[in-house]
Amino acid sequence: MKYVDEYRDSKLAKPLVAELQRSVTKPLRVMEVCGSHTMAIFRNGIRTVLPEGFELISGPGCPVCVTSAPHMDAFISMADKPGVRVAIFGDLFRVPGTSGSLAHASSRGAKVDIVYSPMDALELAIKNPEDLVVFLGVGFETTTPGIAATIMSAKIRNVKNFTVFSTHKVMPAPLEALLSDPQLKIDGLLCPGHVSSIIGAGAYQPLVDKYNLACVVAGFETTDLLNGLILLARQVGSGKIAVENTYPRAVTWEGNARAQKMVYEIFEPADMEWRGLGVIPKSGLKIRENYSDFDAEKRLDITLPEAEEAKGCRCGAILKGIDTPIACHLFDTRCTPANPIGPCMVSSEGTCAAYHKYGRS
Amino acid sequence: MSQKTILLDHGSGGLASQELIGNLFLKYLDNPILRGLEDSAVLENQPGKLAFSTDSYVVDPIFFPGGDIGKLAVHGTINDLAMRGAKPLCLSLGLILEEGMDLVDLEKIIQSIAQSCNESGVPIVTGDTKVVPKGKGDKIFINTSGIGFVADGIDISSLNAKAGDNIILSGTMGDHGITIMTRRAGISMDGKLESDTMALHTMVAKLLDQLPEGIHTMRDPTRGGVATSLNEIAANSKLSIELKEEDLPVTPEVRAACEILGLEPLYLANEGKCLVVVQSDKTDQALAIMKGCKEGKDAQVIGKLVEGKAGRVVINTPIGGSRVVTPLHGEPLPRIC
Repeated sequence: MKYVDEYRDSKLAKPLVAELQRSVTKPLRVMEVCGSHTMAIFRNGIRTVLPEGFELISGPGCPVCVTSAPHMDAFISMADKPGVRVAIFGDLFRVPGTSGSLAHASSRGAKVDIVYSPMDALELAIKNPEDLVVFLGVGFETTTPGIAATIMSAKIRNVKNFTVFSTHKVMPAPLEALLSDPQLKIDGLLCPGHVSSIIGAGAYQPLVDKYNLACVVAGFETTDLLNGLILLARQVGSGKIAVENTYPRAVTWEGNARAQKMVYEIFEPADMEWRGLGVIPKSGLKIRENYSDFDAEKRLDITLPEAEEAKGCRCGAILKGIDTPIACHLFDTRCTPANPIGPCMVSSEGTCAAYHKYGRS
Repeated sequence: MSQKTILLDHGSGGLASQELIGNLFLKYLDNPILRGLEDSAVLENQPGKLAFSTDSYVVDPIFFPGGDIGKLAVHGTINDLAMRGAKPLCLSLGLILEEGMDLVDLEKIIQSIAQSCNESGVPIVTGDTKVVPKGKGDKIFINTSGIGFVADGIDISSLNAKAGDNIILSGTMGDHGITIMTRRAGISMDGKLESDTMALHTMVAKLLDQLPEGIHTMRDPTRGGVATSLNEIAANSKLSIELKEEDLPVTPEVRAACEILGLEPLYLANEGKCLVVVQSDKTDQALAIMKGCKEGKDAQVIGKLVEGKAGRVVINTPIGGSRVVTPLHGEPLPRIC
């Protein structure tokens, strides 16, 4: 496969593993922010070849995992409403709320459709004019431009029964919030690839300036990841801290201006609740007044229920990178992918799911 | 037949049922045992041990590239018998039809069942049809049960896998699973994605004829994929399994679709593949036999059984790292980003 195989070539990757060993001259602690990075690191067995002194912790970049319990409960109670048809990305189906999940709602007869693109949700609305279709908007900048485009398309096509429940989140606001937590001690960030293709590598410059944090944007293939880790080790070793972009085939310094414009045409910044992190100012996106016809929260007059996180669940600390799943006494005992308690276990990109699936080491 | 769709009457046991049996089922599935339309089929005594298996088929869509629900129902049960070293003898066919099902579709499925039975030499010898009210089913559900005989001296079981044995996979992974998922999602891709559904008993018979003691275990990695079947073999044999990532066969089309949907071929269903655990000194012979059959032309050694933690399956990655492969939990769902 072009643009994939070249970056997975073991002839290129193996020397990079050796180079990574040489690059660590000082112990360092790095957070991989993005859930897809977490999965790719496990999948490639990179944790098993990390040099001594290189600690890798997983951050809050899995969109399903950071969806708060009140939002999940609101999603589920909305799906139970007569006349509502909920459209979701597959990951959300089994995520537990305070009691039950959308999978449970579906078994009760709620209309829950798994779609592969928000445009499919718009088609669902057109095909089912008697239902109010609610697309559950969960995700970072990777998914928001597509959802903005779908809302624009719904407006142009005059579709009256299509709405979005926006719990969209943005980077790098939560990173700022994390870094102000004195418990969290990290030297660098492996910055997300897809999110950065929209927001641009320049978005991390304030973190370098303010926190002296090494920031390297990386892609998702074997050599991308190894290259990113090498540059982080070199930065920490040499003390020359900067934003570096090892993913120039997808990411520029400025990002995708057209996509950003589209997103901010439809959405505006809003305070947003993150699972485990609480409410972070301006870390989310809500639908602008001009497009309120497409805002499920307004159309269905939703107020977020009070909800508590599951007892004993350490997802909050795990998302902050303070704990690893192994520190959670529910991990692999009461909380398994077949019966998840916390969202980090249910999403395929969640840290707990990754630890479970690919082994603890 | 005058009606164009299935009516509740077709399952009543009365005239409409008889018409369906006579004009459709016997038309395509006819053989001396089925023709009698008795309450059960009486089979001649066969030498060896009896193998018995059953499976139900509820796939949506009922027609897909590379096959249909009928073909799947014949091959699936034949393969389950073959995986224990049995020579499949005959099948039953239970149909649950939804009122309103298009009769043209039903005829196509029955034709396909007949063709699969003829090609594999395993007849349907008994059957049953029920019709459920519209909305209580999904067009058609099929159950097939099968009987086979295991020759004396053949003992194939996941309990028999031994440390040092090699694991051969008979071809590429995930073709069926990804074909169904992309069809359901309405995703069309360049290149050819099609189900691998096929009967494996002929290839298995050749293996067992030539290497009756060299083959220890066989599994067809259907739902849950190769990953789940390997976990079962490792757990039952109380051994570990080591795989080499580079050796896992996947077509470029399946790999591309998996990249897009965020799925792993190791967890996707196959309907015409088997895992063969073979004594290490018989591996080359087994591989040659399999590669000589059309069902196993892409066969490859993918790993081996080793002493170690019981039930653990590990993949060695191309960079010299490793990861654990767990069984599948729940349906594979496409990822958010």
